[in-house]
Amino acid sequence: MDLTYTEEEEDFRLRLRAWLARTLPTLPPKPDPLDWPARRTYDLGWQRRLYDAGYGEVHWGSTPTQHLIYLEETEKAGAPYVGANFVGLLHAGPTIAAEGTAAQRERWLPPVVRGEEAWCQGFSEPDAGSDLASLRTKAVRDGDHYVVTGSKIWTSHAEVADWCELLVRTDPTAPKHRGITWLAMPMDTPGITVRPLRTLAGSAEFAEMFLDEVRIPVANRVGEENDGWRVTMVTLSYERGTAFVGEVVQCRRTLGQLADAARENGRWDDDALRRRLGRLSAEFGALWRLTQWNVSEAQRSGGVPGIGGSVFKLRYSHARQELYETAAEVLGPDSLDLDREWTADRLSSLSYTIAAGTSQIQQNIVAERILGLPKGR
Amino acid sequence: MDFQLSDDQRALRDGFRDLLAGRFGREALREAVDRGSLDRGLWKELGDAGLFGLCLPEADGGVGLGLPEAVLVFEEAGRALLPGPLVATHLAAGVVKGADTGESVVTAVDGEVVEWLAESDHVRGDASAAREIRSVDPLTPLHRVAHAQEMPDAAVLLTAALQLGSAGRTTEMAVQYAKTREQFGQPIGAFQAVKHLCAQMLVRTELARAAVYAAAVTGEGLEAAGAKLLADDAAVRNARDCLQVYGGMGFTWEADVHLHLKRAWVRAGRGPTAAQVEDRFAAALRGPL
Repeated sequence: MDLTYTEEEEDFRLRLRAWLARTLPTLPPKPDPLDWPARRTYDLGWQRRLYDAGYGEVHWGSTPTQHLIYLEETEKAGAPYVGANFVGLLHAGPTIAAEGTAAQRERWLPPVVRGEEAWCQGFSEPDAGSDLASLRTKAVRDGDHYVVTGSKIWTSHAEVADWCELLVRTDPTAPKHRGITWLAMPMDTPGITVRPLRTLAGSAEFAEMFLDEVRIPVANRVGEENDGWRVTMVTLSYERGTAFVGEVVQCRRTLGQLADAARENGRWDDDALRRRLGRLSAEFGALWRLTQWNVSEAQRSGGVPGIGGSVFKLRYSHARQELYETAAEVLGPDSLDLDREWTADRLSSLSYTIAAGTSQIQQNIVAERILGLPKGR
Repeated sequence: MDFQLSDDQRALRDGFRDLLAGRFGREALREAVDRGSLDRGLWKELGDAGLFGLCLPEADGGVGLGLPEAVLVFEEAGRALLPGPLVATHLAAGVVKGADTGESVVTAVDGEVVEWLAESDHVRGDASAAREIRSVDPLTPLHRVAHAQEMPDAAVLLTAALQLGSAGRTTEMAVQYAKTREQFGQPIGAFQAVKHLCAQMLVRTELARAAVYAAAVTGEGLEAAGAKLLADDAAVRNARDCLQVYGGMGFTWEADVHLHLKRAWVRAGRGPTAAQVEDRFAAALRGPL
């Protein structure tokens, strides 16, 4: 057990830290969080800066430890969130890098890395959310195209994406996990209708998507036909493994700010409230150690994060919600002011126990795949 | 950074697990409960195996290993519900004669209750006004002292390691029972209500594990206190959930679940209180990182 970083890793950290200190003050002001076209421009511009500085491929081209350092330092420095690049850099990118052909990597990865193209995720469907494998959007082979018909939902920033990582059913007669295929769909293909959905936080960051005989080249298939479930599991292991690293750092920073706020407004003297902040601090400290544990495990097993990601996500998603509930107590009546810091975060934290596999689904995964308990009938 | 067990650490842990399974299996545990006193022969064997002299330098007759190794071995002791003032005796190695070899039993006054006071050969700290209480744990005799003395960081951490071991063990016990006990025509582990209890037990254990191991590596006092906060929580709540999974059987004296719960309560009741640890963490919170 070793928590020290190598000389190369420390060098990487120091160079990154110095670059962030020089670069962040030169960024344009952040756009309105509700204005997705402006956010797309801003987020892709940030990605371009990273690319020019040599950090473009850090999400999948570096070691898990370097990735951890990158996420830790960018968050500590208050760098822009990955935002509109989330799916491209943290889902589709790693999946194509791991499972795509040489030609596919050459076509899709550089524009993501250079901040030229954004991706969205077409996994969930109205009748297949938590039971992802029961998706029904069908793809019928027609020469060198798939003709796709169906609908998707919870598609984050679909209206500003250039590409969609799409799961379709290519064999309706196969067992439900076997007949699925992973496709890259250009969002300007005829037959696609995107209808933004307004969230309880007031923003329209995800959408419904209707697909009416959309023609997608067979060459856009990543992995074999009907092998999309396995490809998807690669994607999801990233989502549950490293995608939350920066957020743990962010939560720890927020705790420090909350402590300051509580000292200023007198709520620090409330023993129960102050101790709740202390317990959360201990807990986020442990979540950070668990992150390091999972990253080290990934590094030993060749880069793909393991199932430990489910254990992490289960506790993290609830701890994040408790953090913002506590923030509301610190703020008192100010927590009802949408312009106050942490109010929007409190609202968005409500999605954490639902998105990327609900807590109930995660508990089934942990119980069945780690503890070996039987599947229910 | 390679925050995983080394091959040597795995071998050490597995070796102790095997030793304890052979020497202090379920029958020995139940005999110890019936007897209620400390097995001096076993204590000596544990000393010979290096449990107490693990961190003592080789030049002084010890094994010369560090806190991470001690934590792994104490986790195994916690799994096995090994009785006795293990932590105090371990920390007395090199200070109190015969502690490292298991020839002496050493206890310490480092909380409001002291364990195994009457059966110990040496007492560290002032136990002059101690009075015996009827201990909730049949395998840990307790005395109450008037003035609590502070528990050293290493003792806090090793106690957390014992809790971690117990939390892992009760998770295994619950899972094992849920796989075999049938109701409504299927193993109860197939029901989500039971499955989710077990999953939460694992989550608590793994979070505590990361905290305990990291605190052993860094050796920081605050981190050790945080590790105990989470490990206490995992040991106590897992034992309670395990009892729930066992159903009526869990409420019997014959099932071992209550022994884990009572020991977890005793350990959680020693050292800094949860409120004290939370206050220390709160005091350390300041502005951006």
